Amino acid sequence: MATADAAVHSERKAGGTYAGGLWSWITTVDHKRIGILYFLSGLFFFLVGGLEALLIRLQLMVPENSLLSAEVYNQLFTMHGLTMVLFAVMPMAAGAFNYIVPLQIGARDVAFPRLNAFSYWLFLFGALLLNASFFLGGAPDAGWFAYANLTSSQFSPGHGMDFYVLGLALAGTASIVAALNFIVTIINLRAPGLTFMRLPLFTWMTLVVSFLIILAFPPFTIGTIFLLFDRMFGTLFFEPSGGGDPVLWQHLFWIFGHPEVYILILPAFGIISDVIPTFSKKPLFGYPVVVYSGILIGFLGFGVWAHHMFSVGLGPIANSAFSGLTMLIAIPTGVKIFNWIATMWGGSIRFRAPMLFSIGLVAMFTIGGLSGVMHASAPADLQQTDTYFVVAHFHYVLFGGTIFGLFAGIYYWFPKVTGRFLGERLATAHFWLFFIGMNLTFFPMHFAGLHGMPRRTFTYPAGLGFEGYNLASTVGAVTTLLAVLLFLLNFLRSLRSEATAGANPWEASTLEWATSSPPPVHNFDVTPEVTSRDPLWHDGIAFPAVREEFHMPNPSYWPLVVAGGILMAAAGALVGLPVALLGVAVALAGIYGWSFEPIH
Amino acid sequence: MERTSTGVPNEKMLMWAFIGSECMLFGSLIATYLAYRGRSIVGPYEEELLNIPFITVTTFVLLMSSLMMVLALSAVQRGDPRSKLFLLLTALLGLVFLAGQVFEFNHFVHEGLVLGQNLFSGTFFLTTGFHGAHVTVGVIWLLTLWAMAMRGRLGPEKSLKVEVAGLYWHFVDVVWIVLFTVIYLMSGASGA
Repeated sequence: MATADAAVHSERKAGGTYAGGLWSWITTVDHKRIGILYFLSGLFFFLVGGLEALLIRLQLMVPENSLLSAEVYNQLFTMHGLTMVLFAVMPMAAGAFNYIVPLQIGARDVAFPRLNAFSYWLFLFGALLLNASFFLGGAPDAGWFAYANLTSSQFSPGHGMDFYVLGLALAGTASIVAALNFIVTIINLRAPGLTFMRLPLFTWMTLVVSFLIILAFPPFTIGTIFLLFDRMFGTLFFEPSGGGDPVLWQHLFWIFGHPEVYILILPAFGIISDVIPTFSKKPLFGYPVVVYSGILIGFLGFGVWAHHMFSVGLGPIANSAFSGLTMLIAIPTGVKIFNWIATMWGGSIRFRAPMLFSIGLVAMFTIGGLSGVMHASAPADLQQTDTYFVVAHFHYVLFGGTIFGLFAGIYYWFPKVTGRFLGERLATAHFWLFFIGMNLTFFPMHFAGLHGMPRRTFTYPAGLGFEGYNLASTVGAVTTLLAVLLFLLNFLRSLRSEATAGANPWEASTLEWATSSPPPVHNFDVTPEVTSRDPLWHDGIAFPAVREEFHMPNPSYWPLVVAGGILMAAAGALVGLPVALLGVAVALAGIYGWSFEPIH
Repeated sequence: MERTSTGVPNEKMLMWAFIGSECMLFGSLIATYLAYRGRSIVGPYEEELLNIPFITVTTFVLLMSSLMMVLALSAVQRGDPRSKLFLLLTALLGLVFLAGQVFEFNHFVHEGLVLGQNLFSGTFFLTTGFHGAHVTVGVIWLLTLWAMAMRGRLGPEKSLKVEVAGLYWHFVDVVWIVLFTVIYLMSGASGA
């Protein structure tokens, strides 16, 4: 019988432990290590985005403040949005997809491990390229949505918008490539007996999100290419004097942008759909309904984009259609809320940190969803759009929804990844401070918005009644900062605490808890056979006596080389053609090296 | 082949999912082309420039390359040594198509249709240019497979590589059928 221990690769020593060293991390193709890289990068950029938010709130604390100039402010709110959405939330979710999904499906890795590593490096290079703009002439400053033709070379003469296009080209491609990998992994690498309707909800939502990514990012890519060509080569895609229509940008952006917000929330929904049953000691209520509503949200999410454009002048028929579809999408979302509540009902609830954040999500997302339904009415939205009412809405769903969900996942899976628990007292303090801080920051914005405070303005005059709301929001932001600091303290301390978490410290039901904490490199000594949903609760898992023969993939530097070549090519668009061509050559050479390298 | 839950090889499933993504990519380009059709403020305009007879020939060439691709896959699967010829012909016909595109682009530029001339120039060059870039990648891929075959490294056990390349190549051809229809056949042009 071939054993995994027999072959020794530089990533593994006998017994399934890891080699250390920087090079082993740079060449890793192990989904667990890549997951950790994604998560730590996402956490870093979460702090960067948080700092940007804090500066925004300090500027807005009092009217007619001069802490930040308008120019700097515009860069900060633009980068805050881009960073949080693309470099904090998505990578932290990707960290969970990477680490957890192969374990949840009983696989040893993803379908294409080197492609997985490539996605990570390309994302990182995109994030670094975009952030480098701060030091190279100024960050993009036209909002994360970058409406044309403010973004033209005439009205945005610096290089900020070029960094926008290039950095997001890299990051967007990275997302698409990773999503393709997860689609193949989830469909094709499931353990024997693990049918679709036995999959954990987190894996289900990962699958839906992956389809959303591969279908939603391309229109945005095309839009940014149009922008790049307008800026660099004089095309007229968004140039009114040439017959171009700036609204085209908005369509292309929001056809991506709306599915993107479902890309952001569905992983959080998946996480709490796994957490709530565990901490209620009760299976998820209405499992098929939760699955189908997730799929329906993904599907309908492509039909509502113009609700971001109600004030653009699309006409009453378009506005009515998008209004109706937007209200419709509240139904599958609302259904999930009832499923989570029904799961808890009659359960034996443990209010540990993952559960606190999950319940917090249910409550906060409901509030955000209610303001969302208010936006869905086109005439009502004419008052709300471009005011702080919208800022309140999306922070309730993104912060109260996605961020809370991600922290539920962090507290839930930290023991699996490290073998240790995050300290419970600090965790509880983190939760309550976060909860208070978040509400104090964003609830007043509903009122400020309805009283007329516009978005995206670096200051406001005194005497309009906005002072109180803004001061409260800033106090809330500082409170949130304290909460984050508590989390970081907990995180760093817990990494060095005693490794007391066993394989299944939460008595959960899904396959990732059927192996050690942390798992060996090869995940499972023997690939399990599954005969039910929630296999660990229903005796629905069996380990065959004979281990199948398998090889773990070798580490490789080619993914890094190809990603580096693409970064060079992108930089070449700003630096000069020779660099661009060199980058293409490096990427091409890397692809050849990769293609002809033996996997095993 | 390693065991998969569906019986479909991972690489093939990856290519199909990628093709789905590419449909959205080309779909956005085509939608933009349609939205901006007839709205150029200055000429030259599509009716004056598009040469349908010429592009019909290059379209036929691309279709023939897809036929060669089918024959190449069949040959590889059977261990037929003519696989080398068919792979090379696929790539060469693709190159002939590209030569036709270059010729056409050159002609348009000489007629005054530079990239930033009007809405037709931007949408036309970017849409057909994206397609041409995809053909170029395909040609490089096919020549690489041809080189492997020449070295005796493309036996029937490696036919999946050719099948996946074939999926890509046929997709690029189908995109061209759509572009030919939308840009050329549905224009007001007759042919210079």
